[in-house]
Amino acid sequence: MSMRQHEGDRIEVSDNEDIVRVRAAVKEAAARMGFSKVDQVRLVTAASELARNIRLYASRGTVEVNPVRSAGRSGLRINFEDAGPGIADLELAMTDGYTTSRGMGKGLPGSRRLVDDFRIESEVGKGTLVTIIKWLR
Amino acid sequence: MTALKVPILKVGEVLLVSIQADIDDRAVLELQHRVLEQIEQTNARSVLIDISLLEMVDSFTGRMLSDIASMASIMDAATVVVGIQPAVAITLVELGLELKGVSTALDVDDGLRILKGRMKDKRRKRSVDADEHAPA
Repeated sequence: MSMRQHEGDRIEVSDNEDIVRVRAAVKEAAARMGFSKVDQVRLVTAASELARNIRLYASRGTVEVNPVRSAGRSGLRINFEDAGPGIADLELAMTDGYTTSRGMGKGLPGSRRLVDDFRIESEVGKGTLVTIIKWLR
Repeated sequence: MTALKVPILKVGEVLLVSIQADIDDRAVLELQHRVLEQIEQTNARSVLIDISLLEMVDSFTGRMLSDIASMASIMDAATVVVGIQPAVAITLVELGLELKGVSTALDVDDGLRILKGRMKDKRRKRSVDADEHAPA
């Protein structure tokens, strides 16, 4: 363990092994913050789906893992940002089973069910930013 | 980070696969490929996949497990996935994955028992079929 204060992790995602790195960083942060085992698995799984989306649709991007505090609660916030093609129809993309890749269409709607806050902003031709937060119970 | 190769052991008629660490998507696909290859080369009749050390099954890993089960079944081999952690099971359901066509068991012992039972049934059925087709 390093001595420095944990302020958050920033992981460049540009190949398959980076998805493993994202999972490890999220797992480490969630465990350190005292999330229950189930919530740790929920966070790691959601992060894995969303990091893979970066690889699938934008090829590269960035994941940021940050502890946050708001209104007396603590949580873990993870940003997934890419400068890929963007999503034309967000509503459709959030539909269970809908996919434009060869995936299962569980990535976006599935990860939304695993976290407390889920926000997605996307502009065609500019990129996509997905932000998830899970609060400590 | 070095790419981990998941070992596949043959014990009797069973291929034993124990995924010991988090592996990347490429290693997941490579494992699927090697399991099918091993079924063909060793004439294994069943596959037992232990995921008790896996702390996450996402849609990609979940699909790999379903795909191995259905491809192995086409090659006449049964598959059982054992050791799914409770937190992983909860998350799988919430994610919306059903692991279609995948039999599960609590642990390796349990899984082996199921597979043995299945192979016995199959042998019995085969000998009954043979009797029926035997000339009177």
